Amino acid sequence: MANKAFGVINSAANYIRVEGLHDYRPIGAFSFLGRFRVIDFPISNMSNSGLDRIHVYLNSRPRSIVEHIGDGRHYNINSKRGNLQLLFTQNNGASSIYNTDINAYLENLEQIERMPQDYVVVAPSYMVYKQDYQKLLDDHVESGGDITLLYHKVDSAKDYFRGCNVITLNKQKGVQHIERNMGTAKEKLISMDTYVMKKELFVELIKRAKRESSAYSLADMIALACEVLDVRGYQHKGYFAAITSLDDYFKANTELLDYETAMDFFKTDWPFYTRTTDACPTQYFHGANVKHSMVCNAGLIEGTVENSIIGRNVHIGKGAVVKNSIILSYVDIADGVYIENAVIDKWVEVKKIKKIVSDSVTPAYIKRNDKL
Amino acid sequence: MAQNNMLAMILAGGRGSRLHELTNKVAKPAVSYGGKYRIIDFPLSNCANSGIDIVGVLTQYESVLLNSYVAAGGRWGLDTKDSGVFVLTPREKADSGLDVYRGTADAISQNIDFIDAYDPEYLLVLSGDHIYKMNYDKMLTFHKEQNADATIAVRSVPMKEASRFGIMNTDDERRIVEFEEKPAKPKSNLASMGIYIFTWKTMRKLLVEDMKNPDSTHDFGNDIIPKMIDGGKRLFAYEFSGYWKDVGTIDSLWEANMDLLDSDNELNLDDTSWKVYTEDNGIIPQYIAETAKIDNAYINQGAHIGGSVTKSVIFTNVKIAPGAKVIDSVLMPGVIVEEGAVVTRALVAENVRIGKNCIVGNKKSEEILLVAKNVKGED
Repeated sequence: MANKAFGVINSAANYIRVEGLHDYRPIGAFSFLGRFRVIDFPISNMSNSGLDRIHVYLNSRPRSIVEHIGDGRHYNINSKRGNLQLLFTQNNGASSIYNTDINAYLENLEQIERMPQDYVVVAPSYMVYKQDYQKLLDDHVESGGDITLLYHKVDSAKDYFRGCNVITLNKQKGVQHIERNMGTAKEKLISMDTYVMKKELFVELIKRAKRESSAYSLADMIALACEVLDVRGYQHKGYFAAITSLDDYFKANTELLDYETAMDFFKTDWPFYTRTTDACPTQYFHGANVKHSMVCNAGLIEGTVENSIIGRNVHIGKGAVVKNSIILSYVDIADGVYIENAVIDKWVEVKKIKKIVSDSVTPAYIKRNDKL
Repeated sequence: MAQNNMLAMILAGGRGSRLHELTNKVAKPAVSYGGKYRIIDFPLSNCANSGIDIVGVLTQYESVLLNSYVAAGGRWGLDTKDSGVFVLTPREKADSGLDVYRGTADAISQNIDFIDAYDPEYLLVLSGDHIYKMNYDKMLTFHKEQNADATIAVRSVPMKEASRFGIMNTDDERRIVEFEEKPAKPKSNLASMGIYIFTWKTMRKLLVEDMKNPDSTHDFGNDIIPKMIDGGKRLFAYEFSGYWKDVGTIDSLWEANMDLLDSDNELNLDDTSWKVYTEDNGIIPQYIAETAKIDNAYINQGAHIGGSVTKSVIFTNVKIAPGAKVIDSVLMPGVIVEEGAVVTRALVAENVRIGKNCIVGNKKSEEILLVAKNVKGED
């Protein structure tokens, strides 16, 4: 008998804020590469790994995620045996210190305790990566440890991954410390906020957190447990992104403009599911000039696009130039407008302002529904 | 049956032999079109958008792919408790042997039990191989207003071409007085589109009679419609003026694809109020490389463009290598064009590989070249 786990997908910790985009939706609902949403990745990973009982915990502004996930059928989860549950928390206020994942689990503890599986895989809704959780689970069971934590070795921890936790490992891959990434060095082992453990231990940690502090998160509890429990690290390889700031979001998208990286990430044997909008193909007109970019469907491209990601139903006017930018769905860039190093949120119309450029590393952000 | 009490039957059995190798493995309605669609997506989406819940798809040739494709009714939203898409192939019945569908009317006759199970008031009969967007509910309103027994959708064709079509001669009230199949001297230019609404009770009786008639070819155009006119039934012509294309040949299929390159094209697939639904999968957006050059093209998600594309329609998962050129062509799903290859005025079938430095097609050719097999290039 194979080891069985149910899946838990949590929200980002309350101290993580992504400038601009986050005002309108939780990170899980952020558009990714124009046609996905960030939460498609953890759900697809679980579905592809054979986990067909999945809890998705939602807190503030759940509308877009609820709409996107719906009954979950597009994630290829068996509609009778499987189940994708959306679980809500009443205790709101996105940045309130009480708005923790533990609080969300506590409010739904009955649902967790009723799950028939022996193990749980907890994964974040704000990271993008590919991982076979069944493999992780089997490895965890074989190791005999209490908790297995997924981590990724990065060399850009000074500038990126600032909202994440970093871990210290001993020689046996035992996790010794978990602490916030303070950007003290480039090379760090980033915790992917992904854990495998027995269901009983998961429940116990939740209950213990309630006794110790109302502000503790599951990550805090595991950090505290490092000394008494056997917490092991499991190294993830391949593409990995944590959407914890606008810079991270920008980098996460544009890194996939590298052909090799994209091809390694998107493979037919590990599909990433999303909700279709039945958008027609994109039309490129005479005079269009598109290079090194990803373009989604139902676009009308008349101008120049370079090193950019163009969402669905986007119009780029004649003589307009879009460089090093991310354009979300339903954006209209009028003729002759110049955009460089920017993130343009959904339903924006840029017409009167002819130039949007950010000179710093951080891209310019244009608010949802804005008319410029 | 909650919506408009009309059940639709799509005739999807056509062999499509003029599409040559394209229909060797798939039935004509399953042939790819427009970057991401299959032809049958159009009548199925029209049904879904027109408030029709039950759709029967009648198939007989090479229909494994078509069967599995349409059986997933959820793609068109036809998967609620009271709706569905049903594939109906010829069946052996208790009182008769296994018959192929002998004609369009026979295909319906053989499925009277299926239709009866839903007890509709109206029956819509469609062809599965036309590309158009049409609101059948509006046509039904017209049918009811005329208190008709049958309503046939027609469109105006140029008078000089009228002798190529089935022509409806009507009176001032649009009542059909005569039907002529490919008349040498046409009296009208209203061509039948092969879209019929019948009042089911009347039609059921006619079909039962027709089945017993040894002289009948069991065809709506040849037998049923003329018989209805002769019998004084109320038949009306409903004129449709939007985009409509029968993609019966390689040239017309190519042309219908090319129509999408015109920004004012009437088919207007990006109209969000009348979407055409199709299969969708978790692939990346279109990847346009540094080396790409795109001038007037219609491209679907999952395509990888490294070379140059001019006036072409590019389907899902097509790969065009750097240095390759694609001109005035239609590249169906999964086509690979390797480095240095040049494809001109061609329609390239699914998953075909055009090898390195191969020259395929000719810009001066009158006919469009169909490439249905791999073309081996230089090693």
